[in-house]
Amino acid sequence: MQFSPILRKEGIFLAIINVRNLTKEFKIYHHREGVIGAIKDLFHREYRIIRAVDGINMTIEPGEIVGYIGANGAGKSTTIKMLTGILVPTAGEVVVNGFVPYRDREEYTRHIGVVFGQRSQLWWDIAVLESLKLLRRIYRVPEKAFRERLAFFDDLLGLGEFLHLPVRRLSLGQRMRCELAAALLHNPPLLFLDEPTIGLDVLAKARIREFLLQVNREFGTTILLTTHDLKDIEALCPRVIIIDKGRILYDGGREDLLRQWGHDDLEEIVRRIYQGQRPGEVEAGV
Amino acid sequence: MFESLRHRFALAAALVRLEFINNLAYRATYFTGVFNYGIQIGAYYFLWDAVFAGRRLLAGFTREEMLTYVIVAWVVRSFYFSNLDRRVAVEIRNGDIAMELILPYDYQEAKYCRAFGEALFRLLFFTLPTGIVIYLLRPFQLPPNFTAGFLFILSMLGSFLINAQLSLMAGLLAFFTQSTSGIYRAKRVIMDLCTGLLIPISFYPEWFQKVLAFLPFQAVSYLPNLIYLGKVDTAGALAVLARQFFWAVVLFFLGRLFWRLAVRHLVIQGG
Repeated sequence: MQFSPILRKEGIFLAIINVRNLTKEFKIYHHREGVIGAIKDLFHREYRIIRAVDGINMTIEPGEIVGYIGANGAGKSTTIKMLTGILVPTAGEVVVNGFVPYRDREEYTRHIGVVFGQRSQLWWDIAVLESLKLLRRIYRVPEKAFRERLAFFDDLLGLGEFLHLPVRRLSLGQRMRCELAAALLHNPPLLFLDEPTIGLDVLAKARIREFLLQVNREFGTTILLTTHDLKDIEALCPRVIIIDKGRILYDGGREDLLRQWGHDDLEEIVRRIYQGQRPGEVEAGV
Repeated sequence: MFESLRHRFALAAALVRLEFINNLAYRATYFTGVFNYGIQIGAYYFLWDAVFAGRRLLAGFTREEMLTYVIVAWVVRSFYFSNLDRRVAVEIRNGDIAMELILPYDYQEAKYCRAFGEALFRLLFFTLPTGIVIYLLRPFQLPPNFTAGFLFILSMLGSFLINAQLSLMAGLLAFFTQSTSGIYRAKRVIMDLCTGLLIPISFYPEWFQKVLAFLPFQAVSYLPNLIYLGKVDTAGALAVLARQFFWAVVLFFLGRLFWRLAVRHLVIQGG
């Protein structure tokens, strides 16, 4: 099942995340207009192919916190979904933590934590603690380790006050803290976060950033996160990868990026990149 | 090996329990549920009562047998029926299936466990109360002997297994069509007709009965009802159970195959 021993020996996939020429294409079907169009669609549907991720490469070492940023539709989420084994790549290679995610999904997911800011891992109508207990069974966390983890999360995130409430009664900030606890219950070496701070207030964001730093420091957890809030990047990520139209535009240190552009405002730089400018170009007409 | 089995069993039990609790959270649904079943059973009861007016025997059923058939078929349906088809289809449609795929468990097994948790809930809150209330209002036939009753209860489990697996597969069709409600509604109508819930299979034209003999549907409702009514002897009842077992196994592997194909087609919408 595991590729790692051979590939590691060959020195090909040494890092924790290894991505080569990764590509994902989607078929987008056209809907023709009107009733006649809909009937025609039944027999023959035209489609075009969208390349959401277009031959990207990345290597991430254990213990890194990497910010993965890009405009809406740039291919961030699609990349994360391929890295977590949800989507099958159209072409290219992915080896994460010694596994090929989509192929070894059931075994692979035992060793990763995932939070999608727009979705929930918790059962909506029952107490948070019940969801966590179920996850303990799913990840086969021993009872004692489970108690210790809960105490650790409670300490940093203050979960105790609402562990016995159903998720529907929680605020978004409270829910997101629970989602993080759920994703880290089995102490995975690798954590994927897709917009973990979306919709949160300033205090809730700060609390989550603090927590992620602590987890990274204490357990050496590798973290790859996408976000639209560049304050997240400033607070957490020494390294950033910028993706646009499925291609990687920048992969390197955050400080280097600032230097390259001769600017100290990350937000301004990112805005210009999304607009298609490159470092050194004069912003035309503004 | 044993360690792994122990973990699997503990997880299965946890899923069944949690789904049971989850169903308790929707208190309003029991009342509407019981009410709906009451209306359905009442309607079919009076319909068949009218059909039999002045007749002694139709397609091998006496009037009394037929009325019992209707009541038992619907009461048992309240146990094995599952929302798995809709849930799976919706999950695929809105992309929440991503949250299932990131968990290190067998998706299908997890779904069956949850469906069983729901079925246990339904047994306690729909099947038993409705059955008892109807019996008090209008006593219907009981199984002819203890063995028949016991084998009938076993066959309810078979009904659950077959229905759950067909439901899951119907739900998975959403992977290919990106449409949800059409598929599971069509599936439900087909089930109601082909399982013998609405009309006993013996009422159908002979050619259609021959077709149905090669399909799993009648093992869900028609055949178990024959056990209940004592229309098959003990050997016949055991043959029904064997048939259910056969279909449960075949559908299990078919479902696996289906799932493997389906996951490759996955397109997650949005976020």
